[in-house]
Amino acid sequence: MELNSAIPEGSVQDKWGNHLEHVKLVGPNNRPSYDVIVVGSGLAGASAASSLAAQGYNVHCFCFQDTPRRAHSIAAQGGINAAKNYREDGDTIYRLFYDTQKGGDFRAREANVYRLAQLSTRIIDQATAQGVPFAREYGGHLANRSFGGVLVSRTFYCRGQTGQQLLLGAYQSMQRQIFDGKLTMHPRTELQDIVTIDGRARGIVVRDLVTGEIKSHAADAVVLASGGYGNVYFKSTNAINSNVTAAWRAHRRGAAFANPSYIQIHPTCIPVSGNFQCKLTLMSESLRNDGRVWVPKQKGDTRAPSQIPESERYYYLEEKYPSFGNLVPRDVASRNAKLVCDDGFGVEGSDSRAVYLDFKDAISRQGKDVISEKYGNLFDMYEEITAQNPYQSPFKIYPAVHYCMGGLWVDYNLMTNIPGLYAVGEANFSDHGANRLGASSLMQCLADGYFVLPQTIGNYLHDIFRDKVGTDHPAFRQHEADAKDRIDRLMSIGGSQTPLSLHRKLGDIVWEHCGMARNGEGLKSAIDQIAEVRDEFWNDLHIPGGADGVNQSLERAGRVADFIELADLMCHDALDRDESCGCHFREEHQTPEGEVVRNDEKFSNVSAWEFKGEGQAHVKHCEPIEYDLLKPMTRSYK
Amino acid sequence: MISLTLHVWRQKGPEVRGSFETYRMKDVDPEISFLEMMDLLNEQLAGDGKVPVVFDSDCREGICGSCSMVVNGRPHGPGEACTTCQVRMRQFNDGDELWIEPFRARAFPLVRDLMVNRSALDRVIESGGYISVHSGPKPEPNSIPISHPVAEEAMDAAECIGCGACVAACPNASAMLFTSAKVHHLNLLPQGQPEAKSRVLNMVHKMDEERFGACTNLAECQDACPKDISIRFISAMNRDYQLAALVDPIKRKGTLESQ
Repeated sequence: MELNSAIPEGSVQDKWGNHLEHVKLVGPNNRPSYDVIVVGSGLAGASAASSLAAQGYNVHCFCFQDTPRRAHSIAAQGGINAAKNYREDGDTIYRLFYDTQKGGDFRAREANVYRLAQLSTRIIDQATAQGVPFAREYGGHLANRSFGGVLVSRTFYCRGQTGQQLLLGAYQSMQRQIFDGKLTMHPRTELQDIVTIDGRARGIVVRDLVTGEIKSHAADAVVLASGGYGNVYFKSTNAINSNVTAAWRAHRRGAAFANPSYIQIHPTCIPVSGNFQCKLTLMSESLRNDGRVWVPKQKGDTRAPSQIPESERYYYLEEKYPSFGNLVPRDVASRNAKLVCDDGFGVEGSDSRAVYLDFKDAISRQGKDVISEKYGNLFDMYEEITAQNPYQSPFKIYPAVHYCMGGLWVDYNLMTNIPGLYAVGEANFSDHGANRLGASSLMQCLADGYFVLPQTIGNYLHDIFRDKVGTDHPAFRQHEADAKDRIDRLMSIGGSQTPLSLHRKLGDIVWEHCGMARNGEGLKSAIDQIAEVRDEFWNDLHIPGGADGVNQSLERAGRVADFIELADLMCHDALDRDESCGCHFREEHQTPEGEVVRNDEKFSNVSAWEFKGEGQAHVKHCEPIEYDLLKPMTRSYK
Repeated sequence: MISLTLHVWRQKGPEVRGSFETYRMKDVDPEISFLEMMDLLNEQLAGDGKVPVVFDSDCREGICGSCSMVVNGRPHGPGEACTTCQVRMRQFNDGDELWIEPFRARAFPLVRDLMVNRSALDRVIESGGYISVHSGPKPEPNSIPISHPVAEEAMDAAECIGCGACVAACPNASAMLFTSAKVHHLNLLPQGQPEAKSRVLNMVHKMDEERFGACTNLAECQDACPKDISIRFISAMNRDYQLAALVDPIKRKGTLESQ
């Protein structure tokens, strides 16, 4: 396997500009003769599909939901970053690049991150033109808020529903293209396989989730915008149907999977409440703008929070990180919450795995009305779920699985190592290194979909002009037969455990050993336990109903089968990366204060894993990370 | 822990007759969500060798709009301004009987059990619920100031999650609340002005074509809306529609191709 990152010549600042001047193009007259498949309709998929269709390509977009507007990007709350410097507080393109690289603990590709920072400002322009109702100040200009890991105020927002509004903007652009006949939407359709012919991506095999029918679609290029795989943990902030299947099927057909163990655990979530819970609820990081995080100084303190005087409270983030305080990056905030709870300072309920997030000072300083206008929906949501009023007593929070920095390996053009197969948004690995900063995922998804892919896809399509393959090619028959076989195999096991119960079992193992803290011993034991779950799955699975028509148990079973294989790779990746960096906290590598210790000499690289076949060990390929503009330093938020 | 009797609508497909089936649930933790209770029901059914109940759900935090159940006659179930996934079991009492049905409307054909096809709403958006822009350089946002109240009102309308509870709640199965929310969001903003007239005409006509019913000001939609969308937007849309029909009765850009 050859990994060519295709980073253009020139200084980091000039690479994107140079690239655009030399990239090959497809003329408007020829674009309608190209078919492009987009899998997924979230921010990355919808923005890519609508942009490509508007350019004139013939686009087919697939999603498993009943309409593209329900993709999980819709749940992003807090905001989207852009280096507009509207506050005149020292923001620049370089500063956004710097923050992202530092936030990612110097494990991201410099050229990609700089391009992301450059494109960030145009996203705000684009979304505003689409009618996205960003928050405005009284003078009519755009408002900003702050997010973790930065010292400027560069986050744009629509109340607590920024993802929803940006997604609806992209969705509406798609609907317009559908009206014009340039885009065909295939809802309630799930990918089963990627079809490669002579080493190139030529189409996909899908299952119609309503009829159960297996069908093929041929195309000149396939774009995966299928999101992240946080649901490997069973309990996560992802939508319950979010899955790794599209990315994993591509991986099994030869696409390298990069840094699978880089998982972001979001610090401000509602703590786990019971065994039957299958979904964790996140509350926007923006709460840390005004809320103060603390635990009682006395272990096992059972007093109500209001009864605990100031002098007996431990504001651990403010004390340990005076310059960033409560706005440290997510990995740091999460790890410290875990540490204080491990040490027995967690607050009552949820097995003492929770800390306080307190708005008492903010309410007395700014007034309840102001706080309510800023965060009202989050306060309501918390009360609805926990039946406690956060205006009166502090929120109880605990970290939960949220985002995957890892994903399919892509080059600078966002193409995987399979020619013609692209990955955009959370599905790729490219821009966030070992930890993503808040409000940067929306930015990356939309930069990929609106501005990068539409300019780089022509570079590939230009070279394959008039080289068409249809679904009558035998490879499609073969892939369809494979997909049917797999479904038959799943349906015929006839055991006793449901996909949901096996999924929960898998999730508990991965959370325990490959979650917020990892160590060699634990990872090895997790690998053994995952193998056991895999055996149980393929020998004792029970799927009620039949394979014709709607069968949600079958859908879940297919996803869990892929999660089991992914979990194994995640643990191998975490075991192999014998250093700590960003979210990847190997307990063997920490300072006495519990901060991460990187090993730049050995691990300044991307681990891209190659699938070698069923039951065979994956093979690692390393893409070295080069630092031209910003040399790695010890990441400090003190 | 509470025990419940559930009467759940079971229907194999649009062409087959459906009926309620009754299931008993014991020891339900009042802290779990309504859909977690439905997951438990499905685990129980699978254990008994029966076929689980099909229902749509995804984000489970009240924003994706997948939920499409009617619980005890109310779309999304009990509770002010929330979707089914946000309903917690503590809202029910031990021994309660629950009647669980799909959203019912002519424009929402049933798929199976509690799952319906709401693509008619997508087609209403398709007919004009957007501002036509390509991906490329755009004016600096602050060059067109939008006053705070206008931005907030646009946001009030834009919060619609497209679940269709308004249609399910309306005795006429009208989609006026859904359509007016999108029309008002876009027609209020300066960026939405060039297409404001064609937008309202086309979306209203499409709504009728999709066989949604007429509005008779019953306001059931507003009551059922999980996002508190106001029926004021329906009045605003009616006003926009009248003006557009009087002033500018032209056809949609029809012949103008996508650039």
